[in-house]
Amino acid sequence: MRKVLGALAAVLLGIVAWESYKAVGDPDGTVVAGVRILPRSDDAAMPHVLDVVRRLARPELAGGRPVWQVLVDACLFTLGITTVGFLVGALVGLLLAVLMQRFRVAERGLLPWVVLSQTVPLVALAPLVAGWGGRIWPAWMSVSMIAAYLAFFPVAVGMLRGLQSPSPAGVELMRSYAAGWWRTLLKLRLPAATPYLFPALRLAGAAAVVGAVVGEISTGTRGGIGRLVIEYSREATTDPAKVYTAMLGAALLGLVVAGAVAALEFPLTRHRRKVLLP
Amino acid sequence: MTAVSVQGVRKVFNAGRNDEVVALSDVDLTVESGQFVSLIGPSGCGKSTLLRLIADLTAPTAGSVTVAGKPARRARLDQEYGIAFQQAGLFDWRTVRRNVELPLELRKIPRQRRRERADEMLALVGLSDFAAHYPAQLSGGMQQRVAIARALAVHPKLLLMDEPFGALDEMTRERLQAELLAVCAKTETSTVFVTHSIPEAVFLSDLVVVMSARPGRITDVIPVDLGPRTEATRQSAGFFTAVTKVRKALRGTPTAVTADT
Ligand SMILES: Nc1ncnc2c1ncn2[C@@H]1O[C@H](COP(=O)(O)OP(=O)(O)OP(=O)(O)O)[C@@H](O)[C@H]1O
Ligand SMILES: [Mg+2]
Repeated sequence: MRKVLGALAAVLLGIVAWESYKAVGDPDGTVVAGVRILPRSDDAAMPHVLDVVRRLARPELAGGRPVWQVLVDACLFTLGITTVGFLVGALVGLLLAVLMQRFRVAERGLLPWVVLSQTVPLVALAPLVAGWGGRIWPAWMSVSMIAAYLAFFPVAVGMLRGLQSPSPAGVELMRSYAAGWWRTLLKLRLPAATPYLFPALRLAGAAAVVGAVVGEISTGTRGGIGRLVIEYSREATTDPAKVYTAMLGAALLGLVVAGAVAALEFPLTRHRRKVLLP
Repeated sequence: MTAVSVQGVRKVFNAGRNDEVVALSDVDLTVESGQFVSLIGPSGCGKSTLLRLIADLTAPTAGSVTVAGKPARRARLDQEYGIAFQQAGLFDWRTVRRNVELPLELRKIPRQRRRERADEMLALVGLSDFAAHYPAQLSGGMQQRVAIARALAVHPKLLLMDEPFGALDEMTRERLQAELLAVCAKTETSTVFVTHSIPEAVFLSDLVVVMSARPGRITDVIPVDLGPRTEATRQSAGFFTAVTKVRKALRGTPTAVTADT
């Protein structure tokens, strides 16, 4: 309950900040010595919040469906892609982490590649993935793979730390019970890793959304929120409020994914809630 | 039959490096079945190391360790012993009861039996009311008692304990000493028990093994024969004689006991 109120307050604060800057800021932006240090605040660059909300209710194109319906459809489409990407990414990250924990050599050999993988620019990678996968599977799956590519990283790194987190005493205790690697993993390492896993999953969720949206744009996949962002931004000069509706949709998607991860976390961290919260 | 046999054991940490430590050298120790043996000695003399060698949690540099007639490794794989470490080492995502159940779980004991056994052990250490709590909600001494319950839960033939009562108040400590002896007698458990307290060692043990540091060696083995222990034992003349004997051994003076003690 407190959390919900807090979130509402945060949204309200954002709206107030937006509108007050719009009210006091220079419509042409503040330029000092040829460098713009504050953005323009005219209606084309920063439409009123109310205008954006009103735009949601009006048709996308003359006589078409209202914008909000189009947005919801696009969000659901992208949510599907994100979910697949997130699940695949999380699974791959998990397996990599287990592998790296199990074999020292794997950690030394793999970890640099895992880190390196994230420095490849996504825009360069996306067309490649679409090119490779395009023949084997539908286009949306290529986008999922791009989302997974971004999502696996935080899980792999976070989970590895989590799996390595048990104290030597805990590991020795399991050894004294003649528990092998697998049972030590199940009874000790995995439960001990949950405090590391969930922050990593939250990052992975956000990364999967970004991957899906950017992936849609760079592979030219239709039907998702990424496509809408591009389409609507072409009308930025004539219909600025419309651009922001698309962004609103993308933000909403991020929230849904974050909420889903939180819902997953809830039943698995009972002891921490019971112990640490007063 | 001998429960534990340690022969000519030497343990060197970080051999060949400049931080080399000779933790144990020329250690021979025999624990007969059903015997209660205490290890006592100054900090850093290798008591924990010796216990860990018996538990096959670390390997000797030289010499051999036999537990229940088998090599230490085999004995560990057959889960011949229960162990309680110097630190409680509870799993903080498990409730107290589930922590005690852990070794039973790994022995594939059915849920119902597991639960009964855990509750019985928790009653023994006086923590029945805390079965559903998490370790972080307990004091250090209470956590230590959970660890003891966990070690006892499997009814092991050999019990290895590293300063299990270190964090407890005097009253609880004496009560648990008596309980421990009762449990060991009932189940004919052999015990290797590390402690810093001379009276505790004397009260509990059939044999007090005195060690000295750098390198860790056994300097004395003092048999204690006080018959079945009761609360009166703590006040008996024989008890004080033995305490003095151990104290002198620890100081490194000859163990001859004079009449005035
Ligand atoms: N893993 C290790 N690596 C290096 N040295 C170690 C290791 N474990 C123990 N030692 C060394 O071995 C010696 C004996 O340690 P040990 O823990 O057995 O002492 P202890 O008798 O149990 O002491 P205390 O009464 O303080 O618990 C110490 O000098 C310690 O520094
Ligand atoms: Mg020790």
